[in-house]
Amino acid sequence: MKGTVNEKGPESDVVISSRVRLARNLKDYPFPFKMNKEQQNEVLNIIKDSVLNDNDPLLKDIKYYGISSLNPVERQALVEKHLISRELAESQKESGILLSSGEKVCIMINEEDHLRLQCIFPGMQIDKAWDLCNSMDSMLEKKVKFAFDDHYGYLTCCPTNLGTGIRASAMIHLPALVMTGYIKGVLDACGKLGVAVRGRYGENSEASGNIFQISNQMTLGLTEEEIITHITNVTFQIIEQERALRNELYKQNPIRFEDKVFRSLGVFSNARTISTEESLKLLSDVRLGVDMGIIKNISMDTLNEIMLLIQPANLQKYARKLLNPAERDVMRAEVIRLKLSQNGQPTKGD
Amino acid sequence: MLCQFCQKRIATVHFTQVVNGNKVEMYLCEQCAKEKGQFSFGSPFGFNDFFPAIMELNQGPSYSAVKSNVQVCEKCGMSYEEFQRVGKLGCSNCYTLFGELLKPLLKRLHGNTQHSGKVPENVSRNINTSKEIEALQELLNKAVQREEYEKAAEIRDKIRALERDKGK
Ligand SMILES: [Zn+2]
Ligand SMILES: [Zn+2]
Repeated sequence: MKGTVNEKGPESDVVISSRVRLARNLKDYPFPFKMNKEQQNEVLNIIKDSVLNDNDPLLKDIKYYGISSLNPVERQALVEKHLISRELAESQKESGILLSSGEKVCIMINEEDHLRLQCIFPGMQIDKAWDLCNSMDSMLEKKVKFAFDDHYGYLTCCPTNLGTGIRASAMIHLPALVMTGYIKGVLDACGKLGVAVRGRYGENSEASGNIFQISNQMTLGLTEEEIITHITNVTFQIIEQERALRNELYKQNPIRFEDKVFRSLGVFSNARTISTEESLKLLSDVRLGVDMGIIKNISMDTLNEIMLLIQPANLQKYARKLLNPAERDVMRAEVIRLKLSQNGQPTKGD
Repeated sequence: MLCQFCQKRIATVHFTQVVNGNKVEMYLCEQCAKEKGQFSFGSPFGFNDFFPAIMELNQGPSYSAVKSNVQVCEKCGMSYEEFQRVGKLGCSNCYTLFGELLKPLLKRLHGNTQHSGKVPENVSRNINTSKEIEALQELLNKAVQREEYEKAAEIRDKIRALERDKGK
């Protein structure tokens, strides 16, 4: 499975991927946490059948995976890829996912809502992700009746998703904003604009590779298009700030800038044992070097592939065996060296 | 609804007190209600307590749970108290049942309580049908007024057909 995130999209120097998620529930069933096993199975089968038994080209390469049929490493690998939530991975409910072969479409069944329809595109393509989500939703509503209220719109288990049920987001790499400390101002401003920004791998932004997820907070009272436009505009403003700061930092001291990038590349491409945290930190510097054209012979595709593989479960999947933390650190260093060498020799500077 | 005293927690207690012959009503959270109960002189409300209506005051405050708070959703068994604890609703019917209590929360979360986005096709078709029926109904009334009975019968048939469609 070659994931979406391995492709390059528009504004890929800052935006890694875009995603739109729609929350939907079936009209005649209580929300998942109030369903008994029998109802859980019924809902699972209704959704599964309406997607799998369809000749529509949009649905043709979609496969079903029952959560209980996946082993813990496989489930965790899906969480690391951001395709399913931790909640679903640990779910005791009858639940599953419908996943397209390119991993552009992932439908979670019986998570917090009966359906969580997600479309993921590389780079800055929130509008495209919405278009696909919207057509899939329209297709599904021909077969199943969604819980909908004239006043409240699409009914969701949690009131925070009520109305459109939409969550539009972009995964963005902001090393310059973090380095300069301006990120705090950005986070504050976003909060006032009804936009949430979270660290991709946790609270500590440096440890999480300077990767953030930006998404809309409000779902009720605005149209989907208004929400998409708003989040897109805010994201573009952040992109512009990040780019300006990168250039400014470089201009102020090119030698120091290049030194930082190449030192990180040196450790990244030569380490014999490395933790997830350290590798994400170094990866951020290397990515910045590639984005700025300082590092020439490494492709963004390779870095995106490495970003996925260095996470614990995907690493073990790749190795095809369970590894303890110390073994993982060795394996991680090995994978990084291998992927970088397959990409061609990284430039060692002039 | 938010507690009218602290404006922080959700109101679960309906508080009534007679002050100077006026009935004072408040919706309070449990914590504030407990505190109020201890000093039943209406001072927290800023009423003037030094007037002779003390006798009335001595009737003391009376409490009753906010009506919807004791209601339980017949479809999924959810109570409002459970919703406050878990922050999730149990089914579509919960939105109807707890609607009024949810509105302040929705307003805070979204700045709005009325959906304006996508509408499922079958729903929008029904809305259109309803509008069409309404328009026909008006034509029908006019036809009857003008004593154009043949035309009226025709319109009535159209309305019936649309209503059958809608029921599907
Ligand atoms: Zn209170
Ligand atoms: Zn309910």
